[in-house]
Amino acid sequence: MVLIGDFLLQGIQMAGVLALAPLLTGITRKVKARLLRRQGASVFQPYRDILRLLRKDAIVADSASWFFRAAPYLIMALTWVAAALVPTFAAGLPFSWSADMIVIIAILGTARFLLALAGMDVGTSFGGLGSSREMMISALAEPAMIMVVFALAVIAGSTQLSSIAEFMASSAVGLRVSLAMALVALMIVAVAENARIPVDNPATHLELTMVHEAMVLEYSGRHLAMIELAASLKLLLYISLIACIFAPWGMATGDAGVLAYMVGAGVYVVKLLVGGTMLSLFETSIAKMRIFRVPDFLGAALMLGLLGALLLFVSRGM
Amino acid sequence: MQTFALDLAHLLAGSLVLISLMMLYQDRLFALINVFAMHAVVLSLSVAWQAYVQHAPHLYITVLIAFLFKALLIPVALHRIIVRLEIHREVENVVGTGMTMLTGIGLTALSMAVMMKATAGADPLAQQDLAFSLAVLLLGLLMMVTRRNAVSQIIGFMSLENGVVLAATGAKGMPFVVELSVAFSILIAFIVIGIFLFRIRERFDTVDVRALDRFRGERRVSVLMDGHSEMTLENRSVNEGNGAQ
Repeated sequence: MVLIGDFLLQGIQMAGVLALAPLLTGITRKVKARLLRRQGASVFQPYRDILRLLRKDAIVADSASWFFRAAPYLIMALTWVAAALVPTFAAGLPFSWSADMIVIIAILGTARFLLALAGMDVGTSFGGLGSSREMMISALAEPAMIMVVFALAVIAGSTQLSSIAEFMASSAVGLRVSLAMALVALMIVAVAENARIPVDNPATHLELTMVHEAMVLEYSGRHLAMIELAASLKLLLYISLIACIFAPWGMATGDAGVLAYMVGAGVYVVKLLVGGTMLSLFETSIAKMRIFRVPDFLGAALMLGLLGALLLFVSRGM
Repeated sequence: MQTFALDLAHLLAGSLVLISLMMLYQDRLFALINVFAMHAVVLSLSVAWQAYVQHAPHLYITVLIAFLFKALLIPVALHRIIVRLEIHREVENVVGTGMTMLTGIGLTALSMAVMMKATAGADPLAQQDLAFSLAVLLLGLLMMVTRRNAVSQIIGFMSLENGVVLAATGAKGMPFVVELSVAFSILIAFIVIGIFLFRIRERFDTVDVRALDRFRGERRVSVLMDGHSEMTLENRSVNEGNGAQ
């Protein structure tokens, strides 16, 4: 009976992240539009977009291989698994043992690899261009992310997300400059990985500045729906990751009652709202940078992560 | 309370190292000066915390000196010097930013590795202060080495001195006279360097220290000059060309 309850919770989390992801994208778009004094589409527009794309015919280029058709589903599945592993409203779900930060990085890395490969599959120049840029960005973002994981693992004594969240919620954390550095580094990585301004513009149709959009240019219909959904899920994943590590308050831990789970879910939705709004604020207040300045931007994240890990070795005589 | 005191000292000293690294990253003079002022503010906060923890009231005077001179007086003066010298253009780095940052991280790691070994068994507060101050010191030196502009070299020197102050306050029982004399010698050094800056500018029409190499007769320059001393005037115009880039 306990087992069924546990799996039910895990199921709720899986369904929940999938259901909330397009809403989060819709909210960020709406806030951005309002900040620019535009009316903006409804927050539910991403759901309608995805439903419409699902109904439409998929047009596939003649030169596309089977991989081009298979990749969107694989990318979507991988991103969904990763997003469902990150603790959202409760720590200590039955699959929490596998919610290791390094595992999540690896899953996302695999999804990115598939996407870059699919971008090059058709053989158009834009796809190749987008893929090469994406690889350049991720080659810098991934080491920075690993450094953040090292710093967190030294502090919390684990790379498992639910134990990190429980440790951060306890009072054993104390004041640490390394945590602030890790937070900033993780935010920079999140901005870069989700193809947001200043690294990439999610709403652009100008060829020179496209990274993510250039890669998925050949996709249409249900394939595009999968890719859009995966992108929304990835955004949700990063916001939940930051919330789970740096603001784990309100999360239900251990054998909590139904009420605790309800509170956890409510707090989680608030966290998502705050995260999405902050992202929109950041995006509207900054200009997109030239692609060759991105290494500097991500280099700062790498440096912060490295320094954060270094400083930890000094504190408390470690 | 003990761990909290340690944590806050760690936070402040760690931020000092971070700001030192940020200084390496700045390539505009005004931004560099602002970051330097921030460096001084964090230093005074850090020293104030030390004074509170060690119950050493004379350290508050050090705080006052650091804040007044380094966070207010010197940045404002440097600001005015830059405006008067008309050099609010970019700082040129000898090595690229990425390389400099990597070297900076390496130096930080080195100073921590050395200091943790060297001061093993000491009071943890002093231990971490010494490690961080060595890092700040080395980063200041790195800044002086990688910049060509004399003003950024001065800032590198001043940030190096901040590291010395951090080390001095971390060690208990440092005589106040020493601190006072260090603070004043820094101020005098600043005045001397300021005058020196104007002299360089007057003589060579630039504060780019590469110009000095030519008059020392270094290899690269002697090829350029071909040993003709009467080309000095032409050389000056070349310098001017370099400076305006």
